[in-house]
Amino acid sequence: MIRLLALRELRSLLAAPSTWLMLGALQFVFSWFFLARLDAFLQVQTQLALIANAPGAAQTIVAPLFSTLALIMMMLVPVLTMRLLAEERRNQTLPLLLSAPLSSRQIVLGKFIGLMLFLLLPIAASTGMVLVLALGTPLDTGLLLSNATGLLLLTASYAALGLYVSALAVQPIVAAIGALATLFGLWLVEASASVGSFWHALAPSGHFQSFNTGLLDSNDCLYYLLFCIVFLLLAMRRLHNNRIYG
Amino acid sequence: MTAAAPVTLSARNLIRRFGKRGAVNGVSLELHRGEVLGLLGHNGAGKSTTLQMLTGVLLPHAGTIEICGFDLARQPDQAKACIGYLPETPPLYRDMCVDGYLEFAARLRRVPAGRVAEALQQVKQRCGLQDVGRKLISTLSKGYQQRVGIAQAIIHHPEVIVLDEPTVGLDPAQLRDIRALIRELGDAHSVILSTHLLAEVESICDRVEIMQNGSLIYGDSSARMLQYGNGRMQLEEVFLDITGKHAARHDHAHHNGEAQP
Repeated sequence: MIRLLALRELRSLLAAPSTWLMLGALQFVFSWFFLARLDAFLQVQTQLALIANAPGAAQTIVAPLFSTLALIMMMLVPVLTMRLLAEERRNQTLPLLLSAPLSSRQIVLGKFIGLMLFLLLPIAASTGMVLVLALGTPLDTGLLLSNATGLLLLTASYAALGLYVSALAVQPIVAAIGALATLFGLWLVEASASVGSFWHALAPSGHFQSFNTGLLDSNDCLYYLLFCIVFLLLAMRRLHNNRIYG
Repeated sequence: MTAAAPVTLSARNLIRRFGKRGAVNGVSLELHRGEVLGLLGHNGAGKSTTLQMLTGVLLPHAGTIEICGFDLARQPDQAKACIGYLPETPPLYRDMCVDGYLEFAARLRRVPAGRVAEALQQVKQRCGLQDVGRKLISTLSKGYQQRVGIAQAIIHHPEVIVLDEPTVGLDPAQLRDIRALIRELGDAHSVILSTHLLAEVESICDRVEIMQNGSLIYGDSSARMLQYGNGRMQLEEVFLDITGKHAARHDHAHHNGEAQP
């Protein structure tokens, strides 16, 4: 059942032309940044060669690229999550799911997994583009993989939060603005707090930094897992309340 | 319908409030196999709310619902597998094609994967949708969308079919077809439908329940309702007579209640 819902969600995303436009634009922006970083790296390469233990291609190109991508995802994910439940509510298709033999858990997980399957596309495409570097230079694949994993976890946490906001809203656009405002607020809190403080640890974006430097910290993985679980549970609860309050 | 036909749906004392306003006050219904029950009432009488509770879209504040012997609150999955529901607005994903949507609806209602194609073929034939299978739902006319809505409610051969104003927005020919379809469905399944078209009651319902201010005020077979007032009245008059009398009684009781200290 969860798979059925997830595949429907994925299919309806892929059927919309705007999705492809968005994917294309994202890929274009990413490749632009990629080429700019590559160009900068090639210019300083001769000087880097003189330094002992100099940063390699992965460190100078991959890490900044992925932190840019993390920022773009913060703005992209709310646009994708806004439809999930708010649009069902606006188009009055929610009764179809509520009257079917499905639990709130299955509905929420189906939607979440469907969106994550879709979000794998841009993440995999970006990782693939960077992997092209391996043709010309030895590449630190560990750093690349930790960045990709971190980005996936970060995106999952954004998607879970967006799904919850979408469960609250009646209008998709309200859901998008709500989720974007929340994510932006969390990001500001993280950026203004000192490293190691509670406020710094609160936001998902702060926990991406260790992945960005190539560190797979179980603490951060746990944080993302908890973040997702909390917001998915809240979304399930909201959907259940839908049956109580109408 | 015979008295021996098994009960497929029974609701007892359903109560539902929205805030402080009571929408449904103590409704009890029973539905037998092979029966078409019409739920009549003015706008805002609580018909849709009652149907939403019967299908598990809305939880009642009090009361129990049993569908094919399964309690809707305790065994929601088994109970809901026996229901087909068409809400007031057909729940259509407008970006899907008719075939894709109906297939999704069938899988959602747990039709085994091997039997989906067969069920799809059958339901399209029944609802007259053979020619629009590959079309996007958003490009269909209102009447066809309504038919797709009915198709998704019956694709899994449910014991109980709940239709909320199924004939709204249909042209006379479609109206006739859909009524014939509902009549046909009523032979093997049980159907409960809400409507404010009295002609519909006359032509397709075995039994009528009239609802006003959230309670059932009159229930009888539709043949007997026609004989109400010694057969001299039109169905419209019967309906207005029944609801009018009830409203007057209601007002009377209300005023008396206020007069007492």
